[in-house]
Amino acid sequence: MTQKQDNILTVEGLKAYYQMNYFGVEREVRAVDDITMNVRKGEVYGIAGESSSGKTSFIKVLAAAIRPPLRIMSGSVKYDFKTGPIDVARASPAEIEAVRWRHLSYIMQGSMSVLNPVRRIGKTFHDFAARPLGLSGKAFEERVLGHLARLKLPPEVLRAYPHELSGGMRQRVTIGLATVCHPEFVIADEPTTALDVVVQKEVLNLIRDIQKEMNSSVVFVTHDMSVHANVADRVGIIYAGRLVEEGPTRQMFFTPRHPYTAHLVASLPRIGDTRQRPALEGRPPNLADPPQGCRFHPRCPLAVDKCRKEVPPLETVAPDHRSACWRWQDVEPLVNAAAPAGEMA
Amino acid sequence: MSSLLDIRDVSKRFTMGGLFGRKVVDAVVDANFSLSAEKPEIFTIIGESGSGKTTLARMILGLEDPSEGEILFRGQKVDRHEGRAKRLDFMANVQPVFQNPFEAFNPLKKIERYLESTARRFLHTTDKAVIDKAMDEALQKVGLSLKEVRGRFPHEMSGGQLQRCAIARALIPNPPLLIADEPVSMVDASLRMSIVNLLKSLRDDLGVSVIYITHDLATAYYISNRLIIMQRGRIVEMGDARTVLDNPEHPYSRLLKASVLSTDDAGAGKLATDPAMVSLATDMVGKPGRLVDRADGRSVRVHEGA
Repeated sequence: MTQKQDNILTVEGLKAYYQMNYFGVEREVRAVDDITMNVRKGEVYGIAGESSSGKTSFIKVLAAAIRPPLRIMSGSVKYDFKTGPIDVARASPAEIEAVRWRHLSYIMQGSMSVLNPVRRIGKTFHDFAARPLGLSGKAFEERVLGHLARLKLPPEVLRAYPHELSGGMRQRVTIGLATVCHPEFVIADEPTTALDVVVQKEVLNLIRDIQKEMNSSVVFVTHDMSVHANVADRVGIIYAGRLVEEGPTRQMFFTPRHPYTAHLVASLPRIGDTRQRPALEGRPPNLADPPQGCRFHPRCPLAVDKCRKEVPPLETVAPDHRSACWRWQDVEPLVNAAAPAGEMA
Repeated sequence: MSSLLDIRDVSKRFTMGGLFGRKVVDAVVDANFSLSAEKPEIFTIIGESGSGKTTLARMILGLEDPSEGEILFRGQKVDRHEGRAKRLDFMANVQPVFQNPFEAFNPLKKIERYLESTARRFLHTTDKAVIDKAMDEALQKVGLSLKEVRGRFPHEMSGGQLQRCAIARALIPNPPLLIADEPVSMVDASLRMSIVNLLKSLRDDLGVSVIYITHDLATAYYISNRLIIMQRGRIVEMGDARTVLDNPEHPYSRLLKASVLSTDDAGAGKLATDPAMVSLATDMVGKPGRLVDRADGRSVRVHEGA
């Protein structure tokens, strides 16, 4: 493990539940259940997990966008910004307002619904960034234009409405909005899911370049493992509200230590390979009523009695590599790593 | 050999703008292919957004009139202006799965209602038990159950679950042809393969042909028999899926293949695209050319002066 001061984000024992009380019926959804992780300065941390795994709730907490019925039950989410440390699980709205966009920023999913359709892009930039930047008029415009040039967007974009731009350009605009204040920490929530392969690669490349240039940290959320393979430095896998495995990208792909990760990697189809891909049976558990013990056990091919009763702890299985599985030693990569000959890079 | 679906010289032109500054956009230009009724197959249409693949699908479904050419389903012209009975009959045979499940479902109505009306219409029954059974069976095929879906509204489900409901709905009348427009782009990673495998088993076990529209070359390679690659409305390469994708010939096909994110060098952070490749592929847009047959069974668009 690296030194503590190298971490920009330290999450400890975070539990965030949805608590609802309608007509006398109480319902508790344990969307984030005891997650401990950290993000280092200048790294891209990939979070993978399927829908209803709690990953969106988790990044909502990270982004300090906690609204009822989502409540933080325990734990801390500490950021170490240049302006000083802040625990967003406990900070006041004013304190959060002070770091939002300036230090802590968010690239949202679905660029069409993020941008106001009846406002020109330039106005949207003004709405977002004028206050955090503390600039106005000419100075603000110059700053925005400089930033657009870096994103390889023409200045005319500022005069356009969102519907006049292509999907890739719109996504670049949202990346521009999120990074115009040069934040130290960016959360990217499925930024390329709706894009074509060619544009997706461009946008990913752009995020990577911007991140390197600003030396900021990025938490990159997507369920597409092939995106993680190319963007993330480290990958964390969330399953049913828990972090089940975390490690350097390469190790996660070639020596996974959790059966769920092994499955995710193995199920990726590849050009040049037509072998039948295994599909995982069953479905993600209902978080209002999660299974006992390890939450993956009903779908797990390796499950034994112990998995049904006891919750496996997240333990270090290799340097920098943690897994929450009782049988991590028995996890085999399902697809051999040998690349078919002649595959294009 | 009888054919299930015939696409003959189909073109679609859209006119954009008002009286002034009118612009004509060629969404689909001279598309030609056919599906056989005897041999069910998964026929893939690949292209980026704006390549006309969705327009082509809408024309096959009879939601859009072709500007030129004709589309025949079992020898009958697909025409959205014919009578209601004929339309319903056609719809029971050709079912769509659309791209965005949030737009496919009415947010104010329960999901089951959508499934129920499909079952009622196409199974010609009002028996609650039969309808429930049909709904449950269809939902089971996509990894859900009626118990889970009953009483829920679209906003209570994730995009992945909702898309599975949409596929289940399309499966209710047991159609011989399914038009799936980007069916897995919003489905969870762990269930994605089960849906792709499901499409495969629909073809192998039930003999359903699927027109699979995607921009994901990897799943296309995995399940399809034949494919066409479209660039700005034109088919640039067509043929056996494995032959084409193993060694694409047209510059645009090559660009697509090069853009697929590979996991073989995970963690290396290789993301750069060769700009020469991009410009070579985009230079081809709008240049006159024609499809030329190759010895290995594929057809490739050859451009003049290229």
